[in-house]
Amino acid sequence: MENFKTLIIILMSSVLVNNYVLSRFLGICPFLGVSKKLNQAVGMGISVIFVMLLASAVTWPIQYYILDTLGLGYMQNLLFILIIASLVQFVEIVLKKFIPSLHKSLGVYLPLITTNCAVLGVTINNINDKYTFTESMVSSLGCGLGFLLAMVLFSGIRSKIEESEIPQSFRGLPVTLIAASFVSLAFFGFGSIVENLIGG
Amino acid sequence: MSKNNNMSILLKGILLENPVLVLILGTCPTLAVTNSVIGAFSMGLAAMAVLICSNTVISLLRKFIPDTVRIPCYIVIISGFVTIVKLLIHAFFPEIYALLGVYLDLITVNCIILGRAEIFAGKNTVGKSVLDGIGMGIGFTLALLAIATVREVIGLGSFAGMEIPFISDYKIEFFVKAPGGLMVYGIMIAIVTALTKGKVPMKKEFACEGCPSAGVCNTACKQVKEEN
Repeated sequence: MENFKTLIIILMSSVLVNNYVLSRFLGICPFLGVSKKLNQAVGMGISVIFVMLLASAVTWPIQYYILDTLGLGYMQNLLFILIIASLVQFVEIVLKKFIPSLHKSLGVYLPLITTNCAVLGVTINNINDKYTFTESMVSSLGCGLGFLLAMVLFSGIRSKIEESEIPQSFRGLPVTLIAASFVSLAFFGFGSIVENLIGG
Repeated sequence: MSKNNNMSILLKGILLENPVLVLILGTCPTLAVTNSVIGAFSMGLAAMAVLICSNTVISLLRKFIPDTVRIPCYIVIISGFVTIVKLLIHAFFPEIYALLGVYLDLITVNCIILGRAEIFAGKNTVGKSVLDGIGMGIGFTLALLAIATVREVIGLGSFAGMEIPFISDYKIEFFVKAPGGLMVYGIMIAIVTALTKGKVPMKKEFACEGCPSAGVCNTACKQVKEEN
């Protein structure tokens, strides 16, 4: 029971409170780049959830059973980025061969995630926070869901921005960043909710 | 002429092609570490060290790395230097190591470094690549410092940890929190756009094509662009 509660807290806090995009600034590039259309935002979000889960599932055992037992902790960074990159490529090939329909809808976004800092960030954070395997899977799921939520919310706001009149020098990226700032401010309100809800 | 040329390579990173404010690269660390001047300065220096080393090595190896696997090779080289810098900072500056945390690891996937490898170091001589690394590194550090100064002075009423009298009585904490970072960055870019109007090839659209790893995923980028 206690264990279950911890998992819920990890999930809620990684979706809402420590949202990767809006409060930790990881994965800002795809957040700003691919959030113009709702369907793109959803496709990207789902791909990110998928890759995060997969990457954590692979990097966790590698860290604890290979790197730590051999005393190679300093290779973490190098190994993780290589694993993520090759994993993404591998998944793309497998999807293309066996599930072409899924590849058509998600495959486009997969290569974009290879050098995404959110994915590397999640795997390293799982290790730094000393999560167990289950906990790290839950936290990856939460971070992915948080990313999806932020993308979907923001794509709605962006379609409003496109229609409005903006001073010349604010057009393009600056106004998008300022809009993102307000979304982030809204997420700030979740700060104490999670603790109060679950009784922290 | 050649001297002039080298000078312009060095200077363009600082001003005309500032990686943060004009090329809009490396957004994640820019936003994350700029809530304190010290964090911004050390992040700038760490990234600059990695950038200069990786530019040098990539430029030295540019004739040996096969074109098809260049991105993985670049990533391995960059990641190696990030590990070295991380271990050095951990050993000699433990406070800064704790301050930067996971963002130190994330220099590996910082677009500026991969971007300069792809755009510049993979195609130019060693000397020019080193100059480019120094210029871009200084540009990155200065831009981070500018954003961090605004955020820390307004948000905490201090500069590099030293309290400023009067201002510290009226601090607005919004600015050192996440939303403040996004807002200050947005306004900074708008100011730079307004000041340099017409003189700088400002990137109009921030989308996939601006991403330096676009080389890896050409088809994906095109598709996203078409749908927009």
